[in-house]
Amino acid sequence: MKILALYADVAGRDVIEHLRQLASLLKGMRVIHVNSTRVGGGVAEILEKLVPLMQELEIDTKWELIRGDEEFLECTKGLHNALQGNPKDIPKSLLNVYEKTNAQNAEQLRHELEEADIAFIHDPQPAPLLKFCPNRKGKWIWRCHIDISRPYHPVWRYFRNFVLGYDASIFSLADFAQPLPHPLYVIPPSIDPLSEKNVSLDGGEIESVYEEFGINLELPIILQVSRFDRFKDPLGVIRAHKLAKKFISSLQLVLAGGGATDDPEGEVVLKEVQEAAADDPDIHVLFLPPEADRTINALQRGADIVLQKSIKEGFGLTVTEAMWKGKPVIGGDVGGIRLQVINHHTGVRVSTPEGAALRIRYLLSHQDKLQAMGQKAREFVRENFLITRLLRDHLALMVALIYDVEDRIELD
Amino acid sequence: MVKDCAVVAIATGIHVQNLRELRDKLAAVPADSIYYHFWGSLLLPRFEEPEFNNDFAAWAYHGLRDPILAERLAMIDPTDFTDMEELRQELLEVVEERLYESEYVPWSKLDQQFHFMRSQIVVFDTHKRITDPKMLSVLVPSLSTGSIFYHFIDARRRSPEGVDDLSAWLSQFGDRYAELIKSIATIDPYFTTLAELRQMLSQLFKTHLEEKGR
Repeated sequence: MKILALYADVAGRDVIEHLRQLASLLKGMRVIHVNSTRVGGGVAEILEKLVPLMQELEIDTKWELIRGDEEFLECTKGLHNALQGNPKDIPKSLLNVYEKTNAQNAEQLRHELEEADIAFIHDPQPAPLLKFCPNRKGKWIWRCHIDISRPYHPVWRYFRNFVLGYDASIFSLADFAQPLPHPLYVIPPSIDPLSEKNVSLDGGEIESVYEEFGINLELPIILQVSRFDRFKDPLGVIRAHKLAKKFISSLQLVLAGGGATDDPEGEVVLKEVQEAAADDPDIHVLFLPPEADRTINALQRGADIVLQKSIKEGFGLTVTEAMWKGKPVIGGDVGGIRLQVINHHTGVRVSTPEGAALRIRYLLSHQDKLQAMGQKAREFVRENFLITRLLRDHLALMVALIYDVEDRIELD
Repeated sequence: MVKDCAVVAIATGIHVQNLRELRDKLAAVPADSIYYHFWGSLLLPRFEEPEFNNDFAAWAYHGLRDPILAERLAMIDPTDFTDMEELRQELLEVVEERLYESEYVPWSKLDQQFHFMRSQIVVFDTHKRITDPKMLSVLVPSLSTGSIFYHFIDARRRSPEGVDDLSAWLSQFGDRYAELIKSIATIDPYFTTLAELRQMLSQLFKTHLEEKGR
C-alpha cells in the first residue's frame, strides 16, 4: 500500500488530495535534504517520513548526510548548546575543524547540491555548506530545529555568517526566530500518527505493559513522560500527586522517561526523584531505554490524565502525543505548551504543584469533562500537528520560493 | 471553478511587549501583516480557541491582560473596511483611545510578546467544476479546508461587496436561492475552525438543496 493512502485513513482524504494538488506544482523538481544523522534524534525521525512522502508526490527528493570525526561532533555539540543559550565559547581549533569538515563534505556533495532546485539544510552542523557551493542554481533554506531565541551572543555572531546567504530560514515557533535578511518561515513541529510512538494499540497490549510494571489499570492513573530534567519539574509532579492523593486515595502516578547516559545532572535528578517516591508504592518511576517508543505509547493510552508540568519548554511534543491519544493534558504555562493546551478545551495550564493537584482532582471527579477535553485534544492535533500538515507547509513554502511569491500568487 | 489555497506563515522579526510599542509598530508593519492577524491565521494552526476574532484582541486579553481593549479590538469587523490601510487606521484609533484612557502603559511578560507575522498564500486550480448549484451538497463535504478558506473567507476581501464566492455564484440564478443565500449569511466564520465551517456549510446545502428539493 502506498504511504499516502495510509495517511489518508488518519488525516482525511481531503488532506491528501490537497497535498497532491499542491505538489503537482512542483512535479519533477530536484530537492535535497542534508542533516548529520540518519538514525536517532528528531530531525532524522522527520526526514524518515518526509522524504518518502515527497518522493511519492513525484518530487525528486534525496536525503544526504554530512560526516565528521569526534572533534567535529564536539564542536557541533558546543554550537548546538551555545545557540540554545549556554554561555560557553568554542575553541578556535574546533571551529576550524567545523569549517574544514563542511568543506570536505561539500566536495562530495557539490554536484547534487548545486544542481538542486531546493536544498533544505537542517540545523547548525551542515550550515556552512552554502559557502562552499558558489555555483548553486536553486533556493537554499536553513531549517533550524532548535530554540535560538536567546543564543550566546559571541557564538551566534560567528555562526550567523553561515546562514546570512540563505534564501530563507524555517523556525518552529515565532519566538525562536532570529532577525536574518531573508524570509523567516514559521513551521510548527508535528507528530507521525503511524510511528511506533503514536500508532493505535489494542487493549491487550496496553494491559500487558501496565501489568509488566505492576500498575493497576482499574485505578486512576496520572502520567508524565519526560527526561529526568529539572526543567520538567518531576519533583513538582510528585508533590501534586501527594496533594491530590489526600482526596483520591487510589491515585497512581507514573513518571516515565529516559536520559542521556552522559548527562550527570540527569542522574542526580533521577536519584532525587527515586528518593522522593520511595515511601509511596503508588508512584512508579520508570527509567526507559530510547527504543521504548511502543511502551510509552501504551502508557499514554492507559493513563487517565497526562501531565507535562514543565517550567521551561520548547514545543513539547510529548504533549502533542498525549493529546493525539485523546488525553487531556495538565501542562506548565510555558513555551509551546501554551500553543497546544488550550485552557479548559484541550487541557489546563498550571503554574504550581498545587494548581496541578487541583486540576487532577477536578478532572477525575468530572469524567464527562475529562472525556470531552480528550476528544477535543485529539481533533486539535488531527487538524494542526500531524506530519501531513508539516508536509503541506513545506510544499507551500517551496512553491512560494520557486515562484518568487511576495504575499500571494494565483496559479492555473 | 473550485480553487484551493495554502498559506505559510512568516515571522517579520518585529515584536512588541507593551501597548505603546504595539501602536508604533502597527503604524509601520506591512499591510499583509494586518491581513494575517485578521484572516490568514484562520488557515494555520488555531493555537487559540477563537474566543476573539483577531490576534490583536487575543493578545490584549492574554498578553496585556486588558479585557476592555480586547473587547473593543474583537468587535472590529474587517469586512467593514475597503482595504488594509483603512483597517490599520481603525486599529490605531482603538489603541490610541485606550492609551489615552490608561493611567499606565499595559505590559506583557517577556515570554508573551506579540510577534507580528505575515503570510504567503498560494492559490491553485483544483480543476473541479460545477455548473448546477445542486451539486454543492456533494462537492462541499469533499473540499479541503484551503478551498473553504479561499471561497468562503478570503473571497470577502476580494469582492467589492464583501461577500463569499458561494453566495455570489448562487445570486446569479435570480431569486431561486435567495433563502439559501440568507442562511449562508447567518454563519459567523470567526468562531469556528475551517473543518467545522465545512460541516456547517455541508449541512446547510443538504437541507436546502436535497431535503427541500424532495
